Amino acid sequence: MNGELRDLYQEVVIDHSKQPRNFRKVEGATRTAEGFNPLCGDQLTLYVKLADGVIEDIGFQGSGCAISKASASLMTAALKGKKQEEALALFGRVHILLTDGPNGEVKLEDVGKLAALSGVWEFPMRVKCATLAWHTLRSALDGKGDRVSTDGEESNR
Amino acid sequence: MTTVETSSATNQRSADIQASRNGPASFDVERVRRDFPILSETVYGKPLVYLDSAATSQKPQKVIDAMSRFFFKENANVHRGVHYLAERATEAYEGARAKVQRFLNAEHAHEVIFVRGTTEAVNLVAQTYGKTHVGEGDEVLITEMEHHSNIVPWQMLCEEKHARLRVAPINDAGELLLEELESLIGPKTKLVAVTHVSNVLGTVNPIRRIVEMAHSRGALVLVDGAQAAPHLKVDVQALGCDFYAFSGHKMYGPTGIGVLYGRSELLEAMPPYQGGGDMILSVSFEKTVYNKPPNKFEAGTPNMAGAVGLAAAVDFLAGLDHDALAAHEHDLLAYGSRALSEVPGLRLYGTARSKTSVISFVLDDIHPHDMGTILDREGVAIRTGHHCAQPLMKRLGVAATARASLACYSTHQDIDALVAGLDKVREVFR
Repeated sequence: MNGELRDLYQEVVIDHSKQPRNFRKVEGATRTAEGFNPLCGDQLTLYVKLADGVIEDIGFQGSGCAISKASASLMTAALKGKKQEEALALFGRVHILLTDGPNGEVKLEDVGKLAALSGVWEFPMRVKCATLAWHTLRSALDGKGDRVSTDGEESNR
Repeated sequence: MTTVETSSATNQRSADIQASRNGPASFDVERVRRDFPILSETVYGKPLVYLDSAATSQKPQKVIDAMSRFFFKENANVHRGVHYLAERATEAYEGARAKVQRFLNAEHAHEVIFVRGTTEAVNLVAQTYGKTHVGEGDEVLITEMEHHSNIVPWQMLCEEKHARLRVAPINDAGELLLEELESLIGPKTKLVAVTHVSNVLGTVNPIRRIVEMAHSRGALVLVDGAQAAPHLKVDVQALGCDFYAFSGHKMYGPTGIGVLYGRSELLEAMPPYQGGGDMILSVSFEKTVYNKPPNKFEAGTPNMAGAVGLAAAVDFLAGLDHDALAAHEHDLLAYGSRALSEVPGLRLYGTARSKTSVISFVLDDIHPHDMGTILDREGVAIRTGHHCAQPLMKRLGVAATARASLACYSTHQDIDALVAGLDKVREVFR
């Protein structure tokens, strides 16, 4: 299998796509948001339980490709227990990593386990799959409750 | 302009050997492939295996040359000029129209209207015939297998006119349930809009029969021929349909050009589509007199080079033995369907008794998008997603499928490469 493909579909990603963590509806969620990728039909509902500015619980439901599922799974695992501001800061770092790649501003070490997603950078057509969960998160934290769509997101290449 | 010879002597020899192995002896697919320069491209160091012709077809040298030649030798604006180039350009453009007339076996050249593509053709009919004949309480009938371009214009029309859109169902094999369709054509039905060949299922619909059903109840029929034009011999008089639409880029021609065929009496009675130059006979601020068909529906400077390219594509198809081509595609479809059905965990969608050139499938619970990316790195190009047919996806109970589609340049080796690629996919997701 070619190197870039191996990076994209590395073990962590496959594992998280097959057995996504926090793949459940969160009872008592204070924020909910929906995300949709019209290009391929990835669809995601994110549930966040915020208490005193901390993400007490987070979960998701939906259907989609391995990349979108793994991204949502890794994201929820990384964010549980984090403060809202930390979550948004992480969103910023992950977004740069996914679009600019490992030689950009953000280094793999800056994102912990989420580094597993960095391979998507070499697949511009798949970046939206990886960022869907994150855009949906931001929408949930903003509290606007708009349905997020990956259409209209400007291409970074 | 010289054509660059891309094959070496050894390639030639092995190509000849392969040609005799490749199905019907009368269709020399390797020779046809040599007409398509892009097929010798490599992607990620692997040979391109292009199995996405239903999205857009590749173009033969003849088509590329004809368009370049137009710009080199004949380019000028059509219809209006009295100079030499204007005359050449007009001849080329109107000559293309006559070629398409013969391609469709339309009775008159003025029944051939050049548009941007199938989508524009359908919108044209909806906004002209539709606007003046579909009223409150009337009905438009489409089917469950339609492409969005043969759904949305009718939804928009029905919403505007407070008319009702009805949908004829399919069975699990992807065939229209004709009795149900017939029962849905009632006294209020003004138009039946149906695809000739499904871009997802490959199903070939019995247009003649549907036309008879519709006409006997006073309804007109519009046929979406986008996927049919490259594969079937289309005879609009034999079909008896009122409107037929197709796109140049799906049948080895360029993008930006397509055709709406409409029966003469209908086109005469329809109001214009877009207003502007060329579609008028005279203009004054007091009164403007419209031109006759086809010009009535061709406002502004047309896509002249596109029409020239489309004519060259018609010539290209005419130069192939149609029966041999059909046999080749049929053979390949059977080979492909068989090979894919032997892949463990693979499920085929679209198993109509009468179908052509399209194989849709899913593999275990692997998302087609992931399949597509892995296949891409093997050099294999397929399409993944909803294929502009979200209602059909819902009917099939899937969010998306993978789709391999065949053309005159497709080979058994293409199918083999797809199957080998799918083995890699299964390996990644083991």
